[in-house]
Amino acid sequence: MNKAQEKPIALSIRNLVKTYGKVAAIDNVSLDIASGEFLSLLGPSGSGKSTILMAIAGFVTPDSGEILLNGQKIDALSPEKRQFGVVFQGYALFPHMSVRGNIAYPLKLRGIKGAELDAQVERTIDLVHLSALADRMPRQLSGGQQQRVALARALVFDPSVVLLDEPLSALDKKLRAELQFELRSLHQRLGTTFVNVTHDQEEAMTMSDRIVILRDGAVQQIGAPDSLYNRPSTRFVADFLGRANFLEGAVSSVNGTELKIDVKGIAVRHAKGKDAAAQGEKTLLALRPERIAVVSPDQAKTSLNRIDGSVQTSAFVGSQYVYVIDTPLGTIESQMPAFEAGPLRQPGAQVAVTWSPEAGVLVKDK
Amino acid sequence: MRQPYIGFLLPAAFLVCGLFLIPIGQLIILSFDGFTEPSLRWYAQILETGSIQRILWTTFRIVTITTLIAVLLGYAVAFAMAHMGPRQRLLLLLCVLVPFWLSVLVRALAWLILLRNNGIVNETLLATGLIGAPLPLVRNEFGVIIGMVHYLVPYAVFPIFATMQNMDGRLMMAARSVGASPLRTFIDVYLPVTLPAVFGAGLLVFVFGLGFFVTPAILGGGRVVMLSEYVSISVLQTLRWGLAASLSVVLLVATLALLWIVSKVVGVRRLLGNA
Repeated sequence: MNKAQEKPIALSIRNLVKTYGKVAAIDNVSLDIASGEFLSLLGPSGSGKSTILMAIAGFVTPDSGEILLNGQKIDALSPEKRQFGVVFQGYALFPHMSVRGNIAYPLKLRGIKGAELDAQVERTIDLVHLSALADRMPRQLSGGQQQRVALARALVFDPSVVLLDEPLSALDKKLRAELQFELRSLHQRLGTTFVNVTHDQEEAMTMSDRIVILRDGAVQQIGAPDSLYNRPSTRFVADFLGRANFLEGAVSSVNGTELKIDVKGIAVRHAKGKDAAAQGEKTLLALRPERIAVVSPDQAKTSLNRIDGSVQTSAFVGSQYVYVIDTPLGTIESQMPAFEAGPLRQPGAQVAVTWSPEAGVLVKDK
Repeated sequence: MRQPYIGFLLPAAFLVCGLFLIPIGQLIILSFDGFTEPSLRWYAQILETGSIQRILWTTFRIVTITTLIAVLLGYAVAFAMAHMGPRQRLLLLLCVLVPFWLSVLVRALAWLILLRNNGIVNETLLATGLIGAPLPLVRNEFGVIIGMVHYLVPYAVFPIFATMQNMDGRLMMAARSVGASPLRTFIDVYLPVTLPAVFGAGLLVFVFGLGFFVTPAILGGGRVVMLSEYVSISVLQTLRWGLAASLSVVLLVATLALLWIVSKVVGVRRLLGNA
């Protein structure tokens, strides 16, 4: 399912700990990153994702734990000896060097000169589509162009691992989406291992083979984007990656593959799948808004979960209707494809919400 | 576009015109004998008189050496200040600022006491037997340069410190990440990025140094005559106001020329800290 199981491990982090005062910026993190993988470290600010990246790059000295590259310990190596390409937040382009100068600098440090230098620089400039701007200075470039230069500078010396620290966070939304795909296709062409830090879940989902979700310096869950989205293990992951409704309750009966969960006195059916739950156990059911349909109250009863409610707010956001519905279970958010859902229902309208027993997933409440 | 704050410019503009530009205009006229019978005789005298040219050369030499030393020391102090912990920074800042608050006269006299033949430095060296006779540390160019450097170092520290503190630390990390050693990073990135501030500081110190009066007068002991002192003598003792004016104009032109050259090299905006 994920590449880590097929390909050799490029980078390995074992029991990494870094504390600042009493705060653990990295709280015993272990990770294996496969060769050629695109891995994203995703978390809110203060979750330690950048600190982990800087520890890999060699700019943060961990209190304990180790970092291995192809099985070799690199903890004692200074940043310049690690030979990782790093794209920094804010790009950190050398302001006194042209685009070409910035990109040539890593090669010059390696003693490459003359025609060979020119050829390698040109190739990399072409790779990131900057040929027309090669002689400009960084301050004459737009944010997206600066980002490309930073990427080119990190790639030009053919590093085995590229580290990206919030590479797209300073760009506007449209450009960000463009560059996400560009970065993704660049990664697929080069086959280099990419480790990306971001707080943007959409960016992480678009680009990554696997995502590591971090909170307070600790790993919450690791997995491919679809498995994290469909099978979050905790309330935090379900909430952070996409949106979710949460229903707190207790198991009232177990019937083969189906659970009945008592939520505020209402029986909710849940096809348990892999979820293990015993009778009487407290549960937290996470439901994605797009799995919940808003229908007319007079619509025929179905085998689905169904509960009456009234529209609290409704919005048309282009492709979708977004509803917040007041129900006896609490407020429930729903997203429905607009093209097949009829006219938008107005606040106050009496409706019913429905979802299938397979729609939800039980998560830990943390 | 309305500019509601333009009124706040007026007092400053008035002061600059009334107290600065008009007197300078009069000075220029005076240097050409423009109030009596216009001539170039004072400028001719500067060109013909060996002693005046020696004074100009001495001034230029002392100020250049002073600037080089002050900027070098200032760079080191600013570097330390920009990269140490906040508490140490405060201490160092105090060490830089305290002499700043003392009058130039007090400082020159303090150096005189330290450096004269029977001063603390020479006495100590004699007592330890390192030297047999007192070293000539003062009443010469050496003493003048020490005094001027001491006075001018803070003026070099602050512009350089401001640039270093505003510098994005990730630039250095970026250089390290692509393979540069700490020394290479300093030479290839840190130094070039802070260089405009170095030029700015150098210009400030140089221009300031050109007009130095008290320090050379006291620490030079009459043997090292710099331009300002000679202008003062011309005004107060030999009463050759035209010569004083023309020397002042030479100084002014030299300063403006220097400003122009440096701004060509680094650019005015970068000089003013807008790198």
